[in-house]
Amino acid sequence: MASITLTDIVKQYGDGYPAVNGVSLDIKDGEFVILVGPSGCGKSTLLRMIVGLEDITSGELKIGDEVVNDRAPRDRHLAMVFQNYALYPHLTVFENIAFPLRLQKGRYTEEQIKDNVEFAADTLELREHLDRKPANLSGGQRQRVAMGRAIVRDAQAFLFDEPLSNLDAKLRGQMRTEIARMQRRLGTTTVYVTHDQTEAMTLGDRVAVLRKGELQQVASPRALYEQPVNLFVAGFIGSPPMNFMPGEVHGDTLRLPFADLPMPDGLRERLGGRELVIVGLRPEHVEDARVLDDHKRAAGTTFEADVDVVEWLGSELYAYIPFETHADVAAKLEELDRDLDGEGMRTQVIVSLGSESRVRDGSRATLWFDPRRLLVFDPESGENLTYDEEAARRIDSETEEDRRAALERAQRDTARAGERESVSAGDARHRAG
Amino acid sequence: MSTEITGATSGVASRSTTGAGPDRGAPAGPGGRPRRSDRARAEARLGWLLAGPAFVVMLAVTAYPILQAVYESLFRNRLTAPDDRAFIGLGNYGVILGDPVFWKSLGVTTGIMLVTVAVELVLGFALALIMHKAVTQLRGLLRTAILVPYGIITVVSAFAWFYAFSIDSGYVNQWFDWVPGISPDLNWFAGTWTSLFVIIASEVWKTTPFISLLLLAGLAQVPSDLEEAAQVDGATWWQRMKRVVLPNMKAAIMVAVLFRALDAFRIFDNVFIMTNGANDTTVLSLLAYRTSIGRLEIGLGSAISVLLFVCVLIICFIAIKIFKVDLAGARGEK
Amino acid sequence: MGALTAKQKWAWAALTVAVLVYALFPVISIMATSFKLPSDLNTGKFLPTTWTLTNYEQILAPDGSAQELFLSSLRNSVGISLIATAISVVLSTLAAYAIARLDFPGRKLVLTTALAVSIFPVISIVTPLFNLWRSIGLYDTWPGLVIPYLSLTLPISIWTLTAFFRQIPWELEQAAQVDGATTWQAFRKAIVPLAAPGVFTTALIAFFIAWNDFVYGISLTSTEAARPVPAALAFFSGASQFEDPTGAISAAAVVVTIPVVVLVLLFQRQIVSGLTQGAVKG
Repeated sequence: MASITLTDIVKQYGDGYPAVNGVSLDIKDGEFVILVGPSGCGKSTLLRMIVGLEDITSGELKIGDEVVNDRAPRDRHLAMVFQNYALYPHLTVFENIAFPLRLQKGRYTEEQIKDNVEFAADTLELREHLDRKPANLSGGQRQRVAMGRAIVRDAQAFLFDEPLSNLDAKLRGQMRTEIARMQRRLGTTTVYVTHDQTEAMTLGDRVAVLRKGELQQVASPRALYEQPVNLFVAGFIGSPPMNFMPGEVHGDTLRLPFADLPMPDGLRERLGGRELVIVGLRPEHVEDARVLDDHKRAAGTTFEADVDVVEWLGSELYAYIPFETHADVAAKLEELDRDLDGEGMRTQVIVSLGSESRVRDGSRATLWFDPRRLLVFDPESGENLTYDEEAARRIDSETEEDRRAALERAQRDTARAGERESVSAGDARHRAG
Repeated sequence: MSTEITGATSGVASRSTTGAGPDRGAPAGPGGRPRRSDRARAEARLGWLLAGPAFVVMLAVTAYPILQAVYESLFRNRLTAPDDRAFIGLGNYGVILGDPVFWKSLGVTTGIMLVTVAVELVLGFALALIMHKAVTQLRGLLRTAILVPYGIITVVSAFAWFYAFSIDSGYVNQWFDWVPGISPDLNWFAGTWTSLFVIIASEVWKTTPFISLLLLAGLAQVPSDLEEAAQVDGATWWQRMKRVVLPNMKAAIMVAVLFRALDAFRIFDNVFIMTNGANDTTVLSLLAYRTSIGRLEIGLGSAISVLLFVCVLIICFIAIKIFKVDLAGARGEK
Repeated sequence: MGALTAKQKWAWAALTVAVLVYALFPVISIMATSFKLPSDLNTGKFLPTTWTLTNYEQILAPDGSAQELFLSSLRNSVGISLIATAISVVLSTLAAYAIARLDFPGRKLVLTTALAVSIFPVISIVTPLFNLWRSIGLYDTWPGLVIPYLSLTLPISIWTLTAFFRQIPWELEQAAQVDGATTWQAFRKAIVPLAAPGVFTTALIAFFIAWNDFVYGISLTSTEAARPVPAALAFFSGASQFEDPTGAISAAAVVVTIPVVVLVLLFQRQIVSGLTQGAVKG
C-alpha cells in the first residue's frame, strides 16, 4: 500500500490538445479517492496515466516515495478493474484470479496461489464459480472476478475505471456497497473513476471533480455539496441538479425571478460592486409552505409560483417551474449546461418537495426556502462568492477523522476474524453492517 | 444466424422459422411438432431456387469428377493403348502403394507442407502484428505491399525466384557468397535440398500474406483491454503474447493453419516451373499430373488422384477430430 | 496513442522498409531481369548493365517471336477469368442472399459443400476431366476451362458474400417501403448500394483466383485456342530453339503482374475485408 502523488500532470495528444492539464493531487495511503466529471473531462486518461497505460507528457507521478513516470505498468504494482472487466475468456475464474500471481514465476508455490485465490474468492463469494469460464457468468459475477484479480496480490493501490457502468441499477447499488466494504477492510489506497455522481458521493473519502482536463475542486463529498468552489462543481454535484437563476442586485435587495430577497450583511460585501449574479438553489432546500409549521415558515422566505409538471416518486415529489432567464446570464448557463452533458432544453426550476405536498400539475404553489442556503456565483468566472473556506476545511477534517476511525475499526475486525480463522464474507458483512 | 427473417423483395412475407410460433396459428402435427406453414414451405422453395444452381454447379465440378476418378482407378487404362482397357479392381492401388516413387513424393509433399506452414505461421504472425500495431497512415501502405504477393500469379513468383537463384541468370550466389556453402558456381537446382529450399521460399513468399491476413483478423478480435489488463497484472510483452493474445486467437490460428496446410499439400506450380520434379523433388500433384496427362495412364493417374484426395481427407480429419478446429464456427456459421 | 518518440519512429521506418522489401523484392527482381539483354543474364548482377526493351518487343511487337503466343494467351486468360468470375458472382450472389436472408433447410449443407469444395485437391479432378473433356469435345476450349474454374471461384465467393450479406441491415428495405418506396425501389435504393461493395470485392477475389490458375490451364489445353498466361509462360521458348526464353518470360510476367498491382493499389481495403470476412468471423 502506498500514497499516490500527482504533481502538475499534463497529457497532451499528438494534435496538441491537452486531455489533462496540470493536475496536482495527493492521495493518502489507504484513502479512497474518486475522479469524477462529465464525459471527456480527462478522468479516465488520468487513471490510465497513473497505471502506466498512457505516457505522461509532463509532470511528476509518485507512488509511495518513488517517481514512476517512466516505469512500465508491471513495475508499478497497481491493480486495476476495467470498465468491461477485461476477464481472460480462455481461463477459468480460478485462473483469472490467479493470473497476476502466475506471471511472477517461482515467487508463489502452487499452494500459496491456491490459498490466495480462495481467500479472494471467499471475500467476494465466488467460491462455487471457480471452475467456470467468464462467458458463463452474470454481469455482477464478472465484476467480482475482476475485483478478485485486483485483490489477490498485494497491490500498492486499486484503480477502478467506471467499474459499475455496465450493470443494471439494482446491481450497481449492491456492488457499490461491496466495493466500499472491501476497501475499508483491506485499507488499500483506491482511485475510482466514474461519471456517476451518486457513486462519487457515496464511495469517496474525497472526490476530485474534473472539467476539460482541469481539476476544479478536491474535497469530501459533504464539502463539495455544501461548499462548491464554482458553478461547475455546484451544478455537477447533487441530484436533481442545483437550480441556477439570475439575481439582480437592487440596493439591499436581491431580485430573483420569483422573489425579492433582503440581502444578509455578509453577502453584500462579498458581491462587491456586481449588479448581476447567478444564484444557486438546491431543489431539496425548497419546501411546500403549506405543510410547514409557522415557526419554520417565518425563518425563511415564501414565494408563489406556477407549477408546470409534477413528478411524484413516492418518497418525494419533483415540481418543475419554468421561468424566463436574464439574457446576460443565459449564455453562461448554457455553456455550463453543455459542460455538464445537458441538453439545454429550457430554463426551469426543479424543486423537491415532501411527498405529502398537494402541489399538482398546473397549480399555483406557495413555496418556501431558507435564503441562507442560497449560493451566489460570479456570472463571468463562475466563482462561488459565498464559498466559506473555513467551513469547507472543517467538514473535510471531520470526514478525515471518520475515515480513519472506520478504517481502524474495519481492520481490527478483520484481524479479530483472522484470529478466529473464519474469514467468511458473511461474517464480515454482518459485522460491518 | 438470426432466426428472424425479414420480408424479402421476392414477396416472401415477414419472419418465421420452421417451428412457427403459436402466434402464427400453425396447427401442431401428430408428433406434437408444429407443421411447417405454407409460408415456410414457400420460403424453403425460394431458398433452394436461389442457392440450388450454385450448389449443383459445385457438386458437378467436383463430386462428379472424383467419383469418375474412383471408377477409372479400378481399370487398367492407358490412352496410348485403348484396347487394353480392363477391370483390375484395386490393382492400380497395389502398383502405386508398392512403388517407392509414390512414397518418396508423399514424403516430399508432407515435408514441404510442414516446413511452409511452420515458417508461414511465424512470419505471418510477425506481419500481422506489424499491421495490427502500425499507426493508421502506415497501415494502408503495409497492407497494400503485403497484398502484392497474394495477387501475383504463382507461376510468376516461381519464375522470379527461379531466375534469382538460377546459375545462368541469378545474382543470389554473388550476393551471398560470404555465406558458407554458397559460391558463384553453386547450382541450386542440381540438388534436392537446395531445390526444395527455393521452392519453399517461393511458396512461403506468395502465400504468407493470406495467413497473415487471417491472423490479423484474429488479432483484431482480442479486445485491447485484455492486453492492458495483463500489462497491469504484471505481464511482460512475451507473457502477454503467450498467455493472453495467442490463446484468444487460437481459433483463427487453427483455421489459418489448416487452410494453408491443405493448400500447401496441393503444391504444384512452383515445383513444375523450377525443377519439374528433377532431383527427387516430385510432389504428389506433379506425380498425378505426369502419370495421367504426361504418360496418359488414366487408370494409374486416377488412382493417384484418389489417394491424394484421401490424404486431404485425412488431414482434415486429424485437424477436426484431434486439434478440434471448428471450421464452420470460425468461418461465421454458428 | 500519443505521439511517437524518435526511437519509435525509426523502428517503424525500419519495419516498414523491411515489409516493403519482403513484399516487393521478387517483383523488382523479375522486372530487372526483364530489361536485360540475353548476353547480360549470367553476369551475376541484379540490375541490367544496359537497359533494353528487346524482351518486351519479343512478346508485344507485331514481329516479336513470342507475340502470337503471348497475346493469344493473354486474351484467353482475361476472357476465361472474366467469364468464370461473372458466372460465379451471379450464382453466389443468389446463393448468399438465400443463405443470409431466407430460412430453408439445407442452408448449412450449401455452406459446408462450399467449404469442402474449397479444400478439394484440384489435381484430383484433372484426370477425370481430361478424359471427359476429350470425349465430349471440351478439351482445349474456353468452356473447358470456365467450368473447372468455377470449382475454384464459387466456394470462396459464396463464403465471402454470405459474410457480407449477413451484415446488411435488411430492415432498411422495410423502412424504405414504409417510407413509400415500392418493393423494387426499396431493393434498388436501400439494399443494392449496401450490397454492391461486397459483390465487387467478391468479384475481385474470384478474378485473382481464376487468373492465378495453372493446373487446369496446363492440363486441359494444348494449343493457343484456350491456353491461359500461366500455362503459356511454361511453354515459352526463345526466338530460336536454342535461345534462352528467360527475357521473354520475365517481360511477360511483368506485363501480367501490372494489372494485379494496380488492382491491389486501388482496392487494398476491400480485398483485405473480403479475404478476412469470408474467412474468420466470430
